[in-house]
Amino acid sequence: MAVATASSGTDAPPARAADRAGALRRSVQRNLTAHGFLIGAVLCFACFQWYPMVREVIMSFQKAKAGRTTWVGLHNLDQIVHDPSFWPAWRNTAEFTGLALLFGFALPFVTAVVMNELRHARGYLRILVYLPVMLPPVSSLLLFKYLYNPEYGPINRSLQLLHLPTSGWLQSPDMAMLAVVVASTWMNMGSATLIYLAALQNIPGELYEAAELDGAGLLRRVWHVTIPQTRLVLSLMLMLQIVATMQVFVEPFILTNGGQGVEGSTTTVVYLIYQYAFNFSNYGAACALGLLLLLVLAGFSVIYVRLNRRLES
Amino acid sequence: MSDTRTLVNPAQLNRTLYRATLILVVAAFTLAFLGPLYLLVTGGLKGTTESIQTPPTFYPHHIEASNYSDAWTRLNIAHLLLNTLWYAFGALAFQLVLDVAAAYSLSKLRPALGNAILGLMLATLMIPAMVLVVPQYLTVLDLPLIHQNLLNSPWAIWLPSVANAFNIYLLKRFFDSVPQELLDSAAIDGAGPLRTLLSIVLPMSRPIIGVVSIFALVNVWKDFLWPLLAEPDPTRQTLNAGIYSLSLGVPENVLIAASAISAVPTVVFFLIFQRNIMSGLTAGSLKG
Repeated sequence: MAVATASSGTDAPPARAADRAGALRRSVQRNLTAHGFLIGAVLCFACFQWYPMVREVIMSFQKAKAGRTTWVGLHNLDQIVHDPSFWPAWRNTAEFTGLALLFGFALPFVTAVVMNELRHARGYLRILVYLPVMLPPVSSLLLFKYLYNPEYGPINRSLQLLHLPTSGWLQSPDMAMLAVVVASTWMNMGSATLIYLAALQNIPGELYEAAELDGAGLLRRVWHVTIPQTRLVLSLMLMLQIVATMQVFVEPFILTNGGQGVEGSTTTVVYLIYQYAFNFSNYGAACALGLLLLLVLAGFSVIYVRLNRRLES
Repeated sequence: MSDTRTLVNPAQLNRTLYRATLILVVAAFTLAFLGPLYLLVTGGLKGTTESIQTPPTFYPHHIEASNYSDAWTRLNIAHLLLNTLWYAFGALAFQLVLDVAAAYSLSKLRPALGNAILGLMLATLMIPAMVLVVPQYLTVLDLPLIHQNLLNSPWAIWLPSVANAFNIYLLKRFFDSVPQELLDSAAIDGAGPLRTLLSIVLPMSRPIIGVVSIFALVNVWKDFLWPLLAEPDPTRQTLNAGIYSLSLGVPENVLIAASAISAVPTVVFFLIFQRNIMSGLTAGSLKG
């Protein structure tokens, strides 16, 4: 060090310039290498995420006809709002989301709480709950389509044997959505269950002991210990599930022959997007409806963040 | 884990009540989750008339194993299976190379604008996937600048799979925990960034690489709409899309047999890797 300062004292300007040039070259080289490692993924993001997002917004206000695109302002929005399927699709989507939350949100939590109490067969139960998550969705859905069949499906037959009322399931306008939700819950509840189970295992046992000393019964312990202790996971999963179920597509698409169901009873918003784009090649309308869905889901996220912040403070 | 105190006080636990609950829960789970799978396998074994008779039977009275071979040849399942494997392992390779390199760069090489790029990548997690399907499809039809049409080529599945912000996030967070001193000493020994990545960072990151790999394979295997749109040619379809496309033209029992066959690889995969899959699910999603 001492030698370096001494020598820099005699011929300072050229050495410092050389140092600076060297530092610059190293910095440039370091950045080039770093960006070289980054470039492949960045190009993929640019092509398949960032650019499509920009395009989604632009195309919402454009119309493509015979290879030429023209700006049409809010015409696409006007067109989709006046489509007779528009409001039923939103109502169906809301119905699916509501039912899916009723089943898909409560059931995994209850299942996880019960599983957490058991001291035996845990591995077996975990495998069983998660198994459907791993199946290819088309296999599961074609299976459910067969199970739901009103004439030769095993579900109606089982109900008959138990002297319970049967139903047309997917072929009945009233029951179709419920049937879709049950199939969807069967297919997807495993992930939520295992995530809740992990959260439950992190609750300190002393809290239950303290609650018990205070004379809290089983249900009060659930209400005052289990739920507050898993609140963060529960609220996050609620948010994620709302966003996921609002985008429902595959389940009604396969179960109800292309997604409309009897009298359009299972037409969802994403199905309408699919129909505009791939049946009618009306990309403008598809993008406008997609943008609308994006805004609605973003609205939910904003509400979630606000509520969470209020809970924190 | 089994010794920690939970909701019910172990000292007060009524043994018979516990036994009864355990049996009930195990029976209910078995019925609810294995029941449908039993009907899937046996439904595929029924003859054509038996499969559509009223009332239906709960086990095949005449076993017709030929449905399975029928499904195998009529739906060309061997071909669909090979396609799916090719797409899945290709996507895995691209994700491992490009996402690992990108996460390493963002975590350790820290280029200028790195944080902005990371932010833009993570922002894509906020955008619902179904909203982007239409513009993504149009992009694949005509790639910007180079004007290539990727439709019916495996690239249409491989390249979009790399744009997975979740992978980047998981990998970067793991690489962040690799001590900098280790990398510095490697640099003093003359190792370049690539050498450091390959011989120091990667060997330490095996668990997270495992999680990312499993999800990469499972995502391609389970995806439906994207492969249906991106690979419309029947000879290039995946299992999911192929079975769906052919589902209207074959009898119910053959279709059920085909569904059962296409479920087998994932079930086997799950039973082998269940520990990694289930721990990856909870480790990856909600900690921190």
